[in-house]
Amino acid sequence: MTVLLHWLPLLGVLVVIAGFALRFNPVPVVVAAGIVSGLAAGKPIGDILALLGNSFVSERALLLFVLTLPAIGVLERAGLREHVRNWIATLRGLTFSRLLIVYLATRQILAMLGLYDVAGHAQTVRPLLAPMAEGAVEKRGKPLDTKERNDVRAFSAATDNIGRFFGEDVFIALGAVLLIQGFYAQHGIELEPLRIALWALPTAVAAFIIHAIRTVLFGRRLARSGRNGAADQASD
Amino acid sequence: MLKIEHAYWLIALFLAGAALLNLRQRRWSHAAFWGVLAALIAGGKLVLEASDAHHPLPAQLAGVGVIALAALSPRMTRGHLVERDESEREADARRLGHRLFGPALLIPLVTLVVALFGAYFVVGGVHLFGKTRMTLTGLALSCVVALVAALWVTRARPAAGLAEGRRLLDTLGWAALLPLTLAALGGVFAATGVGTAVADLVRMLIPVDSALACVIAFGLGMVLFTVIMGNAFAAFPVLMAGIGIPLLIQLHGANPAILGALGMVTGYCGTLFTPMAANFNIVPVALLELPNQNDVIRAQWKTGALLLVVNLALMYFLIFRF
Repeated sequence: MTVLLHWLPLLGVLVVIAGFALRFNPVPVVVAAGIVSGLAAGKPIGDILALLGNSFVSERALLLFVLTLPAIGVLERAGLREHVRNWIATLRGLTFSRLLIVYLATRQILAMLGLYDVAGHAQTVRPLLAPMAEGAVEKRGKPLDTKERNDVRAFSAATDNIGRFFGEDVFIALGAVLLIQGFYAQHGIELEPLRIALWALPTAVAAFIIHAIRTVLFGRRLARSGRNGAADQASD
Repeated sequence: MLKIEHAYWLIALFLAGAALLNLRQRRWSHAAFWGVLAALIAGGKLVLEASDAHHPLPAQLAGVGVIALAALSPRMTRGHLVERDESEREADARRLGHRLFGPALLIPLVTLVVALFGAYFVVGGVHLFGKTRMTLTGLALSCVVALVAALWVTRARPAAGLAEGRRLLDTLGWAALLPLTLAALGGVFAATGVGTAVADLVRMLIPVDSALACVIAFGLGMVLFTVIMGNAFAAFPVLMAGIGIPLLIQLHGANPAILGALGMVTGYCGTLFTPMAANFNIVPVALLELPNQNDVIRAQWKTGALLLVVNLALMYFLIFRF
């Protein structure tokens, strides 16, 4: 019986996996998984509700990004995205790859300084980076088709994620490094935060190199499809 | 003094406004969804304080609220709300030009200033910004500053702020909520012993005498657990307690500093693969109006996979050498 109780809470994990695989709406799947693993661990329903409510409200900082929406919405209404695209088109030296690589490096460096909430999907990617990237690709002379536009947007979001994650890990005063140090301290191993942070540096550099190369390759593919498209139009 | 709590009130106010606009248009589910969420955010502090004082009722009510949100989520269809005409936007863009950048850039700039120098803003012996979560307080402040600037530059009426904000909020729909729900799930998983069960499972499956097998099990375990939880921070203590400390450090003599740092970034690779990391992988899908829920993951998984191989190699070659 005790052996069974040890493994039963894993049912919650199964609910999550099944729910995502079957493409149900993720929110009810996640809440159901919490309830299932609570029940499987033998907790009374009142405790499960309280646990759910407490964990939810204690993470409410995760909703802060919605505060950017009114300002961004007003600017978009006045044509911010259109202006960004038009403006990028006039900058001759700025290619898609250069733009994204500069953004990646800036994001990593800012995150290393602990400034990871300065940029983000709501703050910078939707209003600025994605339209800039689209504008930069369209300089090839052929407008983006729908699939290419979506790919460029998704790649911009991916670049923001990678820059953030693999910069943040080097920052010593908050988050990852302190979590590691705190965990070791609990288990009787004392470490300097700086020594932990330094060992994340090789990965930060590798992340930059790998993603920069992928950016260049993706940029070339977009440019090539533009040339082929232009040739198609010329031969018509 | 400006505190993070003020930012939460501001969020609740904005959500309540969005609920009201939806109510007026008879979009009942949307109105209820944002209304319940506004109540949860506004009452957050109360719930936590009551729990600390061992009054479970507010937290239980919050739990009921979370379940109500989950029930409403499938009804939050991403119906496209009427946007202004593209030709009108284009005309405004030509007229206003670079002035449009100002308010947009104010968001990162003001956040940066508060993050770097917030501690030095003292008026009459009172600190202007609370010490905890100062960057996030700065972010909230920067959003208000940017909104005022945006209204001034575009000469839009203040009501446009709420109307346009609500348009984007409804575009996000349930995706805005997922990060919080997942965090709540993390709390439940931790409290019900899911972590230790997973670590035990991994240990049953590998030959513990082989240092290489332990490194791989630790690294892939970090990735797998991060994929399930959507968060490397949740995976770290579980895998460290299950494999890292007993097998790698105590049995094979690994260097703890290197193991900790590389273990964590290996988990970060997992964050790039999973829809559970909703604020990074699902929220942007909604924000950028992409057609498929996994579009951002598709754009980044190759970087994550290559980096995972690099990390495992670094781990194997570094942790036993220093």
